[in-house]
Amino acid sequence: MTTELVPDTTYDCRQAFADELMALAAEDERVIVVCNDSVGSSNLVEFKKRFPDRLINVGIAEQDLVGVGAGLANGGFIPFVSAAGPFLTGRATEQIKTDAAYSGVPVILCGQSPGMAYGELGPTHHSIEDLSWMRAIADLAVAVPADPEQTRAAVRWAAGFSGPAYLRIPRFKVPAVTPEGTPFEPGRAIRLTDGDDVTVMAIGTLVSRAVEAARTLRAEGIGVRVLNMTFIEPMDVDAVLSAARETGGIVTAEEATTTGGLGAAVATTVAQHHPVPMRILGVPRRFAPTGSASFLLEYFGLTADGIAAAVRELVSAG
Amino acid sequence: MLTADPDAAARYRAWRDQAAGLGTSDRATDLARLATEVRRSVITMIDGAQLGHIGGDLSVTDILVTLFGAVLDVDPEDPRRPERDRFILSKGHCAASLYATLAHCGYFPKSELATFMAPMSALNGHPNRTKVPGVETNTGPLGHGFPVAVGCALAAKVSGASWRTFVVLGDGELQEGSNWEAAMTAAHYDLASLTAIVDRNRLQQGAPTEETKRLEPLAEKWAGFGWEVRDVDGHDHEGLLAALRPSETGRPVAVIAHTVKGKGVSFIENRVEWHHKVPTAAQVKAALEELT
Repeated sequence: MTTELVPDTTYDCRQAFADELMALAAEDERVIVVCNDSVGSSNLVEFKKRFPDRLINVGIAEQDLVGVGAGLANGGFIPFVSAAGPFLTGRATEQIKTDAAYSGVPVILCGQSPGMAYGELGPTHHSIEDLSWMRAIADLAVAVPADPEQTRAAVRWAAGFSGPAYLRIPRFKVPAVTPEGTPFEPGRAIRLTDGDDVTVMAIGTLVSRAVEAARTLRAEGIGVRVLNMTFIEPMDVDAVLSAARETGGIVTAEEATTTGGLGAAVATTVAQHHPVPMRILGVPRRFAPTGSASFLLEYFGLTADGIAAAVRELVSAG
Repeated sequence: MLTADPDAAARYRAWRDQAAGLGTSDRATDLARLATEVRRSVITMIDGAQLGHIGGDLSVTDILVTLFGAVLDVDPEDPRRPERDRFILSKGHCAASLYATLAHCGYFPKSELATFMAPMSALNGHPNRTKVPGVETNTGPLGHGFPVAVGCALAAKVSGASWRTFVVLGDGELQEGSNWEAAMTAAHYDLASLTAIVDRNRLQQGAPTEETKRLEPLAEKWAGFGWEVRDVDGHDHEGLLAALRPSETGRPVAVIAHTVKGKGVSFIENRVEWHHKVPTAAQVKAALEELT
């Protein structure tokens, strides 16, 4: 079973996540899932039916969750540790650092319902700090798929990766933006539109919005290069520096705090090697008000219009 | 990554083979001899580094020596053999005792012990599996090793393998909630191949455990979490050998090993201030004279 992609439709990527995981589990008996009472919210009900022995539920216990994942990897399994992003990365940060990353154990951490996908449930359930936290941990790959195609590719890539990885699985519905067969590789950005005026670097839910912004700006005579950065760690440094050299400025866009995610990673590289004007779009260091995910994205300007406005600012300033 | 000392590993294998034919009392005598060697190494290492957790190192030594000397199915020359028994020192601050035990079993040359905590040494203050063979997971922050051990035991269960998993926990460490998450998971999945050993020396960094945040009734806690519980004198090798036998109930086994912090050196024994105090040159000499 694979998700059939339909143009102009949007997708909750958890289906692609579960489909690919089941395909992998059917191919390789080392594939195992560990979750924290999150069978339903990780969309793993079908997986549990098909592979009951390979769905470990540790209950509501995130520290145990990650440690158990590391132990399963030690015992020869390929563990996909799946839990809501805020609890996985917040409650178990030290386990991710010590048991997975520092121990050099290939645990695949799947942050479900990330960003502000839980909308009205409030900041306790928002996972906007995750990219800053995960990016700070050495030897941990951090990938943010943008659509079902990339979600499937991320799952398959991680299963074969030699080290630990954090995958942020989108729940907020997104359109398909990735051509089938696009390589999914650490440190490799995907160029979605060409343009020499400004580069927009986006991840996850913001990628389709960046493409839409580029379409609008094209009509105004502004050429925008859109890069789906995909990996924050390791980042495509060449693509960042080429963008800095070849276009007049960079806009970054992410559904995360701007303290340490994509924008911070890009800025660190650009500032040291080829300074150009930047606009860093994301959630400021502030707890969100009440509202749906869609409302909150609008509220923080994380829309095609918000991205287009930032590009225009750079163009007029340059 | 350090590599095995082939001669020491061969001696270790021969020793294990020979011990298998001995009665438990003779095996215990052998283990006591090795424990003294390990304690001497610990004192020398801490003297060299001028750092270390001497009290806990000395309380856990007999447990480590019994495991590596008589219980664990391991091969120091093939430390990642898939079917090996797993051992995790969750109280990672007692790395010196673990390193000394591993070196005496041939996992790496004993000469490496002199580098303990020196710049660029593989022998960090807390064990690192990417540098030290015989280490299964990096520990240091407390409450980490136990969940990983549960994962190891689950791996054996799901894959139908017969290897056993052992984890050594500090008693103060049990104040970390993650341990009780792990205890519930192990009981829920009936992980009979898992043994958790508590180094019950009754002292933590600044005060007795019972003054800091009491653990008692400890055996009842483990029993209440669904574990088979065994109490033992953690310095009695014969008793430890018996306590480390496989589960008899199909449930995971908790061994509460009653120990003395600083065991073996009279002026260090059972004194809070020796959690991580470094002995003077005269004290080192006196300690080594006691450890013979």
